[in-house]
Amino acid sequence: MSHADDTTPLLKTPLHAAHAALGAKLVPFAGYDMPVQYPTGILTEHNWTRESAGLFDVSHMGQASLIGPDHATTARVLEALVPADILNLKPGQQRYSQLLADDGGILDDLMVARPLDPAQDGTLLLVVNAACKTADYAYIAARLPAGVALVTHEDRALIALQGPKAVDVMARHAPGTADMAFMSVIRTTYDGIPIGISRSGYTGEDGYEISVANGDAEKLWNALLAEPEVKPIGLGARDSLRLEAGLCLYGHDIDTTTSPVEGALTWSIQKRRREEGGFPGAARIQRELKDGPARVRVGLAFDGRAPAREGAEIATKDGAVVGRVTSGGFGPTLGAPMALGYVPTAMSTPGTKLDVIVRGKPLAATIVTTPFVPQRYVRKTTAAKGA
Amino acid sequence: MIIRYSKDHEYVRLDGDVAVVGISSYAQEQLGDVVFVELPEVGKTVAQGKEAAVVESVKAASEVYAPVSGEVVEVNSELEAAPATVNEDPEGKGWFLKLKLSNPAEFDALLSEADYKAFLETL
Repeated sequence: MSHADDTTPLLKTPLHAAHAALGAKLVPFAGYDMPVQYPTGILTEHNWTRESAGLFDVSHMGQASLIGPDHATTARVLEALVPADILNLKPGQQRYSQLLADDGGILDDLMVARPLDPAQDGTLLLVVNAACKTADYAYIAARLPAGVALVTHEDRALIALQGPKAVDVMARHAPGTADMAFMSVIRTTYDGIPIGISRSGYTGEDGYEISVANGDAEKLWNALLAEPEVKPIGLGARDSLRLEAGLCLYGHDIDTTTSPVEGALTWSIQKRRREEGGFPGAARIQRELKDGPARVRVGLAFDGRAPAREGAEIATKDGAVVGRVTSGGFGPTLGAPMALGYVPTAMSTPGTKLDVIVRGKPLAATIVTTPFVPQRYVRKTTAAKGA
Repeated sequence: MIIRYSKDHEYVRLDGDVAVVGISSYAQEQLGDVVFVELPEVGKTVAQGKEAAVVESVKAASEVYAPVSGEVVEVNSELEAAPATVNEDPEGKGWFLKLKLSNPAEFDALLSEADYKAFLETL
């Protein structure tokens, strides 16, 4: 992951002034000046998102379209770069995948959606990480055949509304959004503002990610904030929420040195692709699927209250270092420390007792399944609400 | 009781020859919500400027440096179960440890409350 150095001026999202007006603490993140927290603080923001609805500016992320003559053509072009089944995406369906390097290492993770509107047949909507977007676009563009083009949407902002009450807010203002299935996309309006919206997120809660023209972003942000269920949430709580949900952070839990199998993302490689291959690093990934990878990402729970942070060594009870923590912190909803890290596959069974070394001292830890806090996604279309 | 501050944002409140050490209101605000405090063992000797305790917020871990040298005579073990006390009452119930001063001159050289406030203005 590359970060802007001190001499590069920080980029601003279209909501930068709105964050400043709310009293946000702004910090450099992936080259952008982003809100890490608002005056109430990370714990309050975290809990609000779990109980009500949190509003996040994620406009620093990269939005792009891959545009070809028809779905099958565009899907096959993307399938040469990612291991997910894109060909069989239904109109309006979204999927999580990884952009792979030739050795099977992960260049970035991304969301891929097939638009619902038949008029957009042949287009795939991509959302990639802010720190990776320039490199991703170059990588994808260099591998496109004639007739398929990558169009980036620097003219669009991205706003996430996450939490159990997000659906109540959207139901009042955005037609068709309350009945959306998890991981689906539609185009609609919010109080008349045109939006592209997906039912997805990065908190483990039900919620939405909303793409909007830069010129409408502040209007939409303020309209959402005016709802009683909604408060602004910074990147600090976004990190504690995603970690509790067991979701990977690119550049930390997965990177160019990890394959999707090592990263415990096998669930995101559909059966047809596992069998057929045809993506970068397929030989390695198919071998790891068959024989098991040398190491794998796991969740760690702790006996004590001291959090283990990224970089902490994971050791056997005999003191042999066998891996390291890639994300770690205190889970406000969990009420305990939690961490993700890599260990040899032989030691990855839930219940395995290990130590994590923090400030030179071993902390007793246990391998656990993730998420740490149960995800509460809407798994299927909800029944229509009363008139 | 006289209170002094270090430029690392620890305070020392002198009570006879025992110094009560904690982090300033400014420091807890910068840290954010405190979720864990690691305290030294009673009887340990700490040197000025060296790590005496660790405080962790949701975001990150930070060292608490001993603003003065001395022997740890008591720690605030209530912080282990209620770390948020550091945010709620940093310069009162949220104290970290008590030191028996080994060099009282170190205390006198620290910032007065007025000087510390002036120092914060420069940050």
